[in-house]
Amino acid sequence: MIYNMEYETMPREALEAIQLRRLQATVERVYANVAFYREKFKEAGISPTDIRTLDDLRRLPYTTKQDLRDNYPYGMFAVPMDHVVRIHASSGTTGQPTVVGYTARDIQTWAQLMARALMAGGANRGDIIHNAYGYGLFTGGLGVHYGAELLGVSVIPVSGGNTRRQVMIMKDFGPTIITATPSYSLHLAEVCEEMGVSFKDLKFKFGIFGAEPWSETMRGEIERKLNLTAVDIYGLSEVMGPGVAIECKEAKNGLHIFEDHFIPEIVDPATLEPLPYGSVGELVFTTITKEAFPVVRYRTRDICSLNPEPCICGRTHLRMSRVTGRSDDMLIIRGVNVFPSQIESVLIDTEGVTPHYQLVVDREGALDVLTVKVEIGEQLFSDEVKKLQATEKRISKNIKELLGVTAKVRLVEPKAIARSEGKAQRVVDNRKL
Amino acid sequence: MQVEQISVFLENKSGRLSEVTGILAEAGVNIQALALADTSDFGVLRLIVDDNEKAANALKDNGLTVGRTEVVAVEVEDRPGGLHRLLEILKDTDINVEYMYAYVHHTGKHAVMIFRFDNSEAAIKVLTANGVSIITRERLYAI
Ligand SMILES: [Zn+2]
Repeated sequence: MIYNMEYETMPREALEAIQLRRLQATVERVYANVAFYREKFKEAGISPTDIRTLDDLRRLPYTTKQDLRDNYPYGMFAVPMDHVVRIHASSGTTGQPTVVGYTARDIQTWAQLMARALMAGGANRGDIIHNAYGYGLFTGGLGVHYGAELLGVSVIPVSGGNTRRQVMIMKDFGPTIITATPSYSLHLAEVCEEMGVSFKDLKFKFGIFGAEPWSETMRGEIERKLNLTAVDIYGLSEVMGPGVAIECKEAKNGLHIFEDHFIPEIVDPATLEPLPYGSVGELVFTTITKEAFPVVRYRTRDICSLNPEPCICGRTHLRMSRVTGRSDDMLIIRGVNVFPSQIESVLIDTEGVTPHYQLVVDREGALDVLTVKVEIGEQLFSDEVKKLQATEKRISKNIKELLGVTAKVRLVEPKAIARSEGKAQRVVDNRKL
Repeated sequence: MQVEQISVFLENKSGRLSEVTGILAEAGVNIQALALADTSDFGVLRLIVDDNEKAANALKDNGLTVGRTEVVAVEVEDRPGGLHRLLEILKDTDINVEYMYAYVHHTGKHAVMIFRFDNSEAAIKVLTANGVSIITRERLYAI
């Protein structure tokens, strides 16, 4: 089912015409109303009338998280405060939080996009949503909530925490859809098991999971343990909140970005050059309908790729791949960009396991040397030294083939890689640059 | 006719081997044969012990990666050319010796060697047919 047939399946040409019109209006508006953008555009020698085609977007400067922090709290708002009806803020784990605002129309747009997203993920009238995203400054809870009400499904605003009570609600209220972070859904599964409640006896059909990176392996685990179909949702408060992109339940292969509201680009995080479809790089968004908090070429720091192939669900909007990492983690080794997540996929693809691994970069003379340490588990182990050496060679060869970078692979003992709070430290850069 | 061997992955760090033997001693496991194959970065320690279950659990509890493999214990005449004659038997077959090492104890005039063949069953058949005696698990532990 498609919530907005006209816009979600619009032919590319018509869609791009709408994008251009909306982009031009956005650029004019931020130039007139936000001092930050006006100054940046002037510095780059660009005025709003220079935006004549969609490609002209590339002439505009990028906006970073730091820019948003520098203008804390309301400096990036493009409307007077008496037009702002809602304020959210990002958690700000490092440094200042980022404050975002919404006009009444922004809230409506957001609800419509969330309604689209929920329907793409399997929800429809008659469904009951168990919404375990946090309600509060975080956009997750309220974002899903407004979309659900607009779509006409019942929503249980259970929010996060008090997991045993959540299990009771799931048992007694009969929700058919769950919205939560993937890690919380697995925690719910554990608590259910402890309480002797089986997901097989619950009514869930679909789960819409996001707000943190997860993997295909995790999808398999969630679908098995929660006995439902799991789809990925993407969003960030700086761009809107949840509902920027959604995986359709038909393909479960990449998330459709609602391109009539957001223009995505993929850029090289090091050179900031735009990259063609299919390339892995940093996701950049320009909002083209937001009123209170528009962003122009906002660098999300999320690493993914864009897929323009037509989708079996009928939607014509581009699909972004799963987010596989953060641009902050990127290493440049002999001029090649390498993300730890890419090494991880090589390990999963070639060895069928997700071992703990660590990238160590040293500089020997003028040369960067990458060593990938892989903790050995029972699946990789052999009593024969030559087989272990062959495993190292095989991983090294696949890294070379897939990433174009030479790496020495070293098997190490379990727990040999330092952990902090249970997570392995992925990168050690010993280069003194 | 095969004997179970325990193998452990070790990084090449000084003192690592004695840490492993210490773990086994603490668990009350008796090591009957031991061989270390190593490269510049890592090694594989192979062990024949009196209690595989106890040994594997103790090693795993200490965070080590443990493997179990079936190997063959063979009697080799304890005089010049003893091992050579045995390998001659295998030379014309397509059976390969992946590795081998000596067992601590003797059986009278014989030394005991542990063999890891790429095809244990075929090796046992050929050796037995040529009058070489293969030592069973029970007899090995009784030595
Ligand atoms: Zn689709």
